[in-house]
Amino acid sequence: MTIASDDPRVAAAAAPPPSVPPAPATAARRRRSRLTRNRWGYAYVAPFFLLFAAFSLYPFLYTAYISLHDVRLSDLDGAVFVGFGNYTELLQDEFFWNAARNTLTIGILSTVPQLAIALGLAHLLNYRLRGRTFFRVAMLMPYATSIAAATLVFAQLFGHDYGLINTLLEAVGFDRIDWESGSWTSQIAISVIVTWRWTGYNALIYLAAMQAIPNDLYEAATLDGASRWKQFVHVTIPALRPTILFTIVVSTIGAVQLFGEPLLFSGNGMTNGGVSNQYQTLGLLMYDQGWTNFRLGQAAATAWTMFLIILVVVGVYGLIARRRARAER
Amino acid sequence: MTVPPRRRAALGAALVASLLAAGCGGSSSADDGTVTLDLGLFGTFGFEQAGLYDEYMRLNPDIRIEETSVERSADYYRALQTRLAAGSGLADIQGIEIGFVADVVENHADAFVDFAAEGNADELLGHYYDWKVEPATTEDGRVIGLGTDAGPEAMCFRRDLFEQAGLPTDRTELASRWSTWEGYLELGREYDASPTKPEGTSFVDSPASVFSAAVYQGETAYNDESGNPIPETSPGVTAAWEDAAVAAAEGMTANLIQFGDEWNSAFANGAFATISCPAWMLGYISEQAGEEASGAWDVAPLPGGAGNWGGSWLGVTENSEHREEAIALVEWLTAPEQQIKMFTEEAHFPSSQEAAEDPQVSSATNEYFSGAPVGQIFADSAAALQFTPIGPYDTQIQEAFTNALSTVADGTSPDDAFQAALAEIEQVTGG
Repeated sequence: MTIASDDPRVAAAAAPPPSVPPAPATAARRRRSRLTRNRWGYAYVAPFFLLFAAFSLYPFLYTAYISLHDVRLSDLDGAVFVGFGNYTELLQDEFFWNAARNTLTIGILSTVPQLAIALGLAHLLNYRLRGRTFFRVAMLMPYATSIAAATLVFAQLFGHDYGLINTLLEAVGFDRIDWESGSWTSQIAISVIVTWRWTGYNALIYLAAMQAIPNDLYEAATLDGASRWKQFVHVTIPALRPTILFTIVVSTIGAVQLFGEPLLFSGNGMTNGGVSNQYQTLGLLMYDQGWTNFRLGQAAATAWTMFLIILVVVGVYGLIARRRARAER
Repeated sequence: MTVPPRRRAALGAALVASLLAAGCGGSSSADDGTVTLDLGLFGTFGFEQAGLYDEYMRLNPDIRIEETSVERSADYYRALQTRLAAGSGLADIQGIEIGFVADVVENHADAFVDFAAEGNADELLGHYYDWKVEPATTEDGRVIGLGTDAGPEAMCFRRDLFEQAGLPTDRTELASRWSTWEGYLELGREYDASPTKPEGTSFVDSPASVFSAAVYQGETAYNDESGNPIPETSPGVTAAWEDAAVAAAEGMTANLIQFGDEWNSAFANGAFATISCPAWMLGYISEQAGEEASGAWDVAPLPGGAGNWGGSWLGVTENSEHREEAIALVEWLTAPEQQIKMFTEEAHFPSSQEAAEDPQVSSATNEYFSGAPVGQIFADSAAALQFTPIGPYDTQIQEAFTNALSTVADGTSPDDAFQAALAEIEQVTGG
């Protein structure tokens, strides 16, 4: 990374063309002063970009390089170039598709209720309530809790023989559920953890956006005789549309990368997402390949595939948003 | 902005400098002549608890010992592999477990000191069981570590549950009743059929208890003679799978995942009557089951003959700054006298034959386990052990099989489960 040079040619190329060309002498001085000022700007942002290059850009490219090789951690020198072999193998791999399916279902099971509840909570907190600040802070508490601590507690709650949830179920006359070993039950349990953790965060984002909606709109709606619910549907939601899109994109990225919860949910450090991989997600599969099986090439290919999936999903959201915006105009 | 440029520049420079300083920690060496030896270990090696570090530091005042321990050996192995690959960050002495010793021997032997090349090699290696030295030996005869404990196996059982179910509780009688796994399963059926057994209890904790013990009793376990994985055809796997699948399919197991939370709680709740137990598990059981279960547990020989689960080595890293001092410490920690102490203090069974045959070990009884002659039971198992060839993927292969057995207990057909296990194994071995 280099700090901007004093070379006027570079500066001329970088600076936007001035609308009225000033006298050459003043122009040069102005450029110089802008550069001296900018140079320190670059210096200030440099630490971030240095760290970014070392811990994001380099691993990103190195992962791409590794993903084209058959390589194990214990024998790095014995890497064999296999081209896109890891990717084609991955696409034919039942474990990959199983993880992709699980990621999708857990993603839907957690994102949809999470955002719906967040929207409702934000709407309620937007009213003048007594103790509003307390509720707002309380809502953000799960977000401030460490994933590991939360998941370990939830894993115990969902335990088969000694878990609190099963004890309660039994107390009201239901059978005990083996949460961990069933595919739906384990995925629901994991979705509950995710939902618990992120709902408050999304609610706060919605709340902030709601407070930016001009009050006139609501007054006008009230005059027109719209009920609270009608106001929510016809005023609040349309005004929140960009915010909702943002939270959907962020939650989707989070859902594709879901890792900590399924890893810790097993309670014994296994990385395979349950005895029949019933809650193995793509993130966990990658970890399993790389750090339990030590097949780095395979894991790197999974990582890049996940990245491409995220790009595609975000791209699709972008298209939908643009199409809707155009349709409204 | 009112800060003058020069001041701003200084500020920026200071900021960058402080960031850089925070980035690199300093390594320091003591100036007072003492040498600090680092041990990187996992689980509970128990040297510290047995007082061996204190004793060594008393005998050698110029040595200081620092231990860093990771709870799970899988996590430890991840870190160790990364450090071996990077060639840095290794401690002076590293623990090596049986689950990954084959990988270290095959790929990283050069990173460890060769004990066979030491002047006193005969004395160092002569006191061990043969099966303890072999796994740590490379093809060209380098010995990368000295053995600490071993894991000869027995069958632990709850006397109280057996009694209530009307099963025999005498260990010699049980030993003859379950001399084979057939006999063991037969007792399991009797237990399940008993009208008087405590409700909600199972005969065995998990199918893994049967499988992981029986698999090492065949000619081969997961690998052929040259260490290549043969999970599909190995006689040990086939036999162990059959027995374990019967236990799972007939509902004899509590189907717990070993070392999971529910498994730990089940000890305290007395939810199962038997578990295959290597010597080192006795401490774990008494810890989990608690004082109130003292005298409820007992130990009998393992069905199907001798077996081994676990065991470790200590290796000295070749690039250690204090190579000689580290070698001396490892030699001392693994010597027969210290292995005896590790057994009497921490119930870690010696891998040294000389130590195992010492009366302090061989005549030891365990009060918690109803006064069972554990020294004799484990020593017999260790002496009769036929060590099967090990390979680099044993841990992952075993996990695949025991997971698949758990799905059998949930209702999957044994054949489907076996195929699922093979598919999982192919993920590791690469087909």
